[in-house]
Amino acid sequence: MACKKCVENPVIQLPNSNVNLCKNCFIKYFEKKVNKTIGEYDLIDKKDHIVVACSGGKDSTVLLYLLKKLTEKRKDVKITALAIDEGIKGYRDKSLDFLTNFCKEHKVELNIFSYEKEFGKPLDEILKSYNGVPCSICGVFRRYLLNKKSKELNGNKLATGHNLDDESQSIIMNYFRKNIKLSARLGPITGIIADKRFIRRIKPLYFLTEKEITSYAFLKGFMDKFTECPHDADSYRAQIRDMLNNFEAKYPGTKHSIITSFLEILPVLKEKYKDEQEIKSCKICDEPCSQEICKACQYAEEVVKNFTR
Amino acid sequence: MKVYIERTDEWKEVNAINVQEIFQKLKINPTTVIVTRNNELITENTKINDNDEVKLISVISGG
Ligand code: SF4
Ligand SMILES: [Zn+2]
Ligand SMILES: [Zn+2]
Repeated sequence: MACKKCVENPVIQLPNSNVNLCKNCFIKYFEKKVNKTIGEYDLIDKKDHIVVACSGGKDSTVLLYLLKKLTEKRKDVKITALAIDEGIKGYRDKSLDFLTNFCKEHKVELNIFSYEKEFGKPLDEILKSYNGVPCSICGVFRRYLLNKKSKELNGNKLATGHNLDDESQSIIMNYFRKNIKLSARLGPITGIIADKRFIRRIKPLYFLTEKEITSYAFLKGFMDKFTECPHDADSYRAQIRDMLNNFEAKYPGTKHSIITSFLEILPVLKEKYKDEQEIKSCKICDEPCSQEICKACQYAEEVVKNFTR
Repeated sequence: MKVYIERTDEWKEVNAINVQEIFQKLKINPTTVIVTRNNELITENTKINDNDEVKLISVISGG
């Protein structure tokens, strides 16, 4: 069966449909879809300085490449790359090498901030004296630095490589754990313009599956030998992911349905939780938080002892 | 034919006429991998020959 749109050999069957596309038609389809998401949800405004959260993995690399490409003709929009070096030997050092070369080649300014410099120790060291789930502390530190550093870089938006798979997992996880309030902060664009302490977040790959993104990365030659984080990943999320993938294989379209249904109720959720919690500023670092001291400062003090900022 | 599974870094000998059959025989969920033949991306219904080099590349991002 040839490509539906031309006569070339197909390289992919689109998820949730019988449409087969060849390399060029797929690349066009993919870029159009990202562009459509940006347009429909107003992800990019005039004079935006978009900081792209990069890991050297395929999602954020594709995101960086496309944001750069799609804003090429817009002289008022600036794109900068931001990466967090958690300090994971054999994993992040490799992916950051890849990212550094990629940014050089594509002429993007790259800023790397490390846990070691910002919190006193690399993650590998931190975990020696921390008994909880690695991803909890790692996630807190990363989210913290992403928010803080993108503001310091004078960005007004933070773009992340979250895709349809990530988002549908988060939605279901929040349901299963009765954390629906957290879902009010999902969606293709988050944050309130009025609160300058939070950088607005945008997710241009929102409607694309992991499989589509990997295919795109492969066809564009952005594939490194991607490895996995050696620390026990979030096993709850992994179980939800496997469950959704099994459902998807049996009932194609499941993940798209989760997202579409969610987007219908998202405005209601946002309205409901809009001023439920007063947002304070951390007494130590001034970053936004719900208690007196933010989670990152708490962890830094408990786990990374003898470190003063 | 020989099938390479990137995620676990192993080669397996599989008897199959197309990608779908490889998935069935190796019990791999098609939504979790992309498939290449001689380093070209292919779809699930693509017919394959015994001397093709087939690779299954994981789409799941780690961390
Ligand atoms: S998998 Fe967990 S520990 Fe590893 S980088 Fe991601 S959040 Fe950190
Ligand atoms: Zn075509
Ligand atoms: Zn703080």
